[in-house]
Parts: sequence; C-alpha cells; structure tokens
Amino acid sequence: MLFWMIVKVAFESLIANKMRSILAMLGIIIGVAAVIAMLAIGSGAQKRVLDQFNAMGTNLIMVTPAQMGVGGVIVGTRVNLKVKDAMAMVHKVDGIKNVSPLVNTKLQVKYFNQNTLTTIQGVAPTYFTSRNFLIGHGRIFRDSESDRFARVAVLGSVTADNLFGVADPVGQTVQIRGISFLVIGVLQSKGDQGWFNPDDQVLVPYTTCMRTLMGTINLGEIDVEAQDGQDIYKIQDQIQALMRRQHHLLGDAPDDTNVRNQAEMLKRAADFVMTFKVLLSCVAAISLAVGGIGIMNIMLVTVTERTREIGIRKAIGARDTDILSQFLYEAVVMSGVGGAIGVLLGCGASKLITVYEIVPVVTIFSIVLSITVAGGVGIFFGFYPAWRASKLDPIEALRYE
Amino acid sequence: MIIKAENLVKTYQLGGQTVHALDDVSFTVDNGEMIAIRGPSGSGKSTLMNILGCLDRPTSGSYVLAGEDVSRLSNNNLAEIRSRRIGFVFQNFNLLPRITALENVELPLRYAGRHDARHHAKEAVQLVGLADRMHHKPNELSGGQRQRVAIARALVNDPAMVLADEPTGALDSKTGEEILALFKDLNRQGRTILLVTHDAAVAAHCRREIYLHDGKITVPPTETPGHRITETDADELLTI
Repeated sequence: MLFWMIVKVAFESLIANKMRSILAMLGIIIGVAAVIAMLAIGSGAQKRVLDQFNAMGTNLIMVTPAQMGVGGVIVGTRVNLKVKDAMAMVHKVDGIKNVSPLVNTKLQVKYFNQNTLTTIQGVAPTYFTSRNFLIGHGRIFRDSESDRFARVAVLGSVTADNLFGVADPVGQTVQIRGISFLVIGVLQSKGDQGWFNPDDQVLVPYTTCMRTLMGTINLGEIDVEAQDGQDIYKIQDQIQALMRRQHHLLGDAPDDTNVRNQAEMLKRAADFVMTFKVLLSCVAAISLAVGGIGIMNIMLVTVTERTREIGIRKAIGARDTDILSQFLYEAVVMSGVGGAIGVLLGCGASKLITVYEIVPVVTIFSIVLSITVAGGVGIFFGFYPAWRASKLDPIEALRYE
Repeated sequence: MIIKAENLVKTYQLGGQTVHALDDVSFTVDNGEMIAIRGPSGSGKSTLMNILGCLDRPTSGSYVLAGEDVSRLSNNNLAEIRSRRIGFVFQNFNLLPRITALENVELPLRYAGRHDARHHAKEAVQLVGLADRMHHKPNELSGGQRQRVAIARALVNDPAMVLADEPTGALDSKTGEEILALFKDLNRQGRTILLVTHDAAVAAHCRREIYLHDGKITVPPTETPGHRITETDADELLTI
C-alpha cells in the first residue's frame, strides 16, 4: 500500500514541476527515441539485405575480377576475365548447370523523341533463369541470336514505361548509341532494390554488347549456376583453380578473381549491417547516459529542496531504506515516463523516415529493451541522490529552511 | 512509569570546542501525565526533546521508554520506535504539502507497515474534530486546522507519549488556546503529553514542569505575580 502512495507522490512531483521534469527527461526521451529509430533502421537494413539476396536465386556463384592492391591499398579493379574463361568453365568444372558471361555499361536509349539513360547489361540467355528474371511480355533472346551478334533487346518494366508509356514495346526498334535494336520482350517487375533497380535496365546478348556497344573483349563478371545438391564450395574451389591456370598465376601469387557464392555475399552484407547497427546503438547509448546524468542532476536538486520533508518523514518513522526506495521510485518513474515518451517518439520517427529506401522495422524487442534500459538508467543514476537523501540526519533536516 | 531518564548527558563538538548541551539530567514521567519542559534558548530543551523523541541518542546515561531501553539503539531501530511509540507535534506543523490531511495522518502507520492505517487515521481525524476536512490538502486548511491534523498524526499510532515542540508558537492566541484545550482533553482521556516550550503561560496549562537551564534541571526563576493556576485552584475558585 505504501508503494502505491509513493508512486502517486512520484507522479505528483513530476506533474508539479512540469518544466523541470520535462527538461530532466529530455535526455532519456531522445536517447530512447534514438535507440528505437536506430535499431529499426538496422533491422530494416537486415531485412532488405535478406530480401535482395533471396530475390537473386540460389545456387549462384559470381566470379568477378579482384581488386588490385599494393601493400593493402586498393588502387583499382583488374581487367582479366575473358569469354574463353567462361568457356573453360563449361568444359572443365563439374556439377554446373550453366555459365553466363556478363558485361554492363550505361548508355542513352532512344525511342523517337523519348530517351532515357539506363544500364545496359550484356548477358547470356541463361542469365534470366539463374537470376530469376521472368518475362512479362514477348520473349528472351536465344543462344543462336547470341552467337550471331543479333541486335535484340529485352527491356525492364520501368525502362519500357519511360520510353513507350502505355504502348507495347515488343516489335518496336530503339536506338542505343545510334544503333537500332529490336525490342523482343519486357520483363516482369521485380521491385526497386535501392541501389539498383532491376526494372530499369536493358538486356542484350553479351556478344552484341561487347562488340557493338562497348568495343571490349573483357567481361565484367561470370555467373555460374550450380546444379541442385552440389557442394558449392567445392565448385568454387574448382573455379578458382581453373581461373588461376587460365590466367597463368604461379605458386603463391594472389588470386586475381573473386569467386563468391550467394551465402558468402549475404554474410558479408549481414556483417556490415550488424556493425552498422552496433555503431548506431552505441551513439544512442551515449545519449541515454547523458539522459541519466540529467536525471541525477535533477534528483539531487529535488532532494535538497525536500530536505525538510525527508526530516519529517524520518521523524514519523521512515527508516533510511524507506527514504532510499522513495527517491529511487521517483527516479525510475521519471526515467520510465521518459522512456515511454521516447518509445512513442521513436516509433513515430521510424514511420516517417526512409533512408536509402530502407524501411525501418520497429521490433517488440527494441521497445522492451529501451524501456528496460531507461528504467535501469533511472535506478543507476538515481541511486546516488536517493542514497544522499536516506543518509540525512532528521534533526538537521527538520531545521532546514 | 512511561519515561525513566537517568543521568542523561549530551555533548557534541562544535568547531573544536566541546558543548555540554545536557549535563546529568534525570527525571521520570508517569503514564497519563501532562508535563511541560521549559527553559530559555540554549537551555538544552531542544536537545532533551530530540533524545526523548528518539531522534538522537544521549552521549551517556540511560533512557527507558515504556519499559524499553532506547539509549543505544541503531538509527533504523530508533526509526521504528518513532513510528510505533512516539507522536510528534511541531511548531510549524510539518505536514507534507502534496498529500491530503488524511494521508498525512496515516503516514506513521504506513511506515510501521500496518494495513489498517486508513481506518485508524480516520478515527484520529475524528478525535481532533476535523472529519469534514480530511480530504483537503494542508494549504487548504487554516493554521489551527493544520495543527489539529498534526496532532491526529501524532495520535494515530497510539503512542506511548505525544511530544509537542512549541505547538502554539505559530498560532494566534485564540487558536493557541483551542489547541492547548485539545491537548488537555486528550490528556483527560489518558494520553501522556510532553509540552516543550519557553513560554511560562503555555507551561502553566500543565500540571508539572521540568525547568532546564544550561543543560541542568533547576528551579525556575521567580515569576511575575499572578502565580500559576492549577486545575485544583480553578475548581476551588469556582466553587466559592
């Protein structure tokens, strides 16, 4: 019963000094709001990474040129993948389903008076299946078209909209770098991934792209789709060994290509996001600590102001622990209320902000964590003032003016 | 005997010097007495009051309250004695401002851990005649009413004694008389009351007086004519 009276008095103290209470709680409010929002962004980023990779399809191994470095300093990316490397894989690596060479560039694509600057990807027909791209309208190109450097193109849904509006692009001709390409298909929409929109691109045979559009013999990437049930890592090792042979790398010269599977890339991205999340949380934690100091400050002032009251309470029978717990409750109420306000603020902020198309995800965990931590801050930082209060000599305290 | 004080000594250090606040004070108080502890400023009456009220311990000597030696108790134990055995009334009421009169009155019992606190508090409030104001906060009450609330608070735990420190000091003379009358009423009902005051007129309402000077019990200096009227004198006068 005494507990409820103390909680009631705690709330009344808060309300009686609204301005002061709010100022004291501000640190906690902001700290908690920051924790909620930061964790929400972090969780949203994690979810996005997961979604992205799930959209990419499984069993995928990506071979890219390695970065060049001298003594740990990265100075650029190598240029060393050739079509014959891809061919070698087809013949010499076991357990693979298909191999897709890749190049890409960014060029203007024109249709009459409409034009758009977009990504042009030169791919093999197998790209569509290994990367889970579904055709919406029309068809994808064939190996025979790839072999004869055919000037055919498949548009992403957004690119099609940009150039053709509601008209049907299939059968029409677009100009890329002044060269006419026949549109043979439009992809189904996949959704903007943030830093890359798979709906805003043009896919052409890699052969055509390399010779006609880019004038290069170098590949940007080689995708390898493994057969189901294969040991991905074994295949990766085989590919790496093959690449070293193809590029005449001796002994312990470092690999000049990166051979990564989807799981690894997912892990790397996830690790990065986790670091990001931890960093953000540290910033928020500092804010909470500052908030706690604010509470300690105000509680010290409050205790001094209520010296007389403490003396009275002791005179009528309150023990040291009664006074200690009373003021601890008041500190916890203050930080608890601040925490609750902070949660509301943090949730509101999370709804409003979208950073790099990451949609923040507020979890129950972060709410429970924040309120618990806020309460803990109240106990920790409120302890010293409460202890001071409990140690007051009743005779001295009663004399206090 | 509700109080037995023997050879109470209280000294403390003040800036390197030793102050003898109480110097070998001994007396007893019987159950149901109403006595005054009087003396000028610096006589040690506040110090004595603090020791009798278990707010402080004597440097030496013994103090037995309701059969229990409380001279050497720890702070926590003293607090417990205060909540169970002693009722304080102060000069400036010392009510907690943010809670109602009733909540003020029940506080000692709450600290004593009693679950029937509210019930006893209501009884005490009725005893001092403030039943109609018990849900008001102190700042909504007059000085006299506040002191009544304080008296109710002092009574709520059925204490061994009520210790009142200049209870009329902050009141006008009419209200002061009302409060003293209330004390006398309570005393007639059997309460032991100790009134600490410097005012001879206030002390005159008590049947017995302990006079302090320089930390010792002495005989009070001769007073102005118009000697103390005791209750027996008053009865005699009225029957003449």
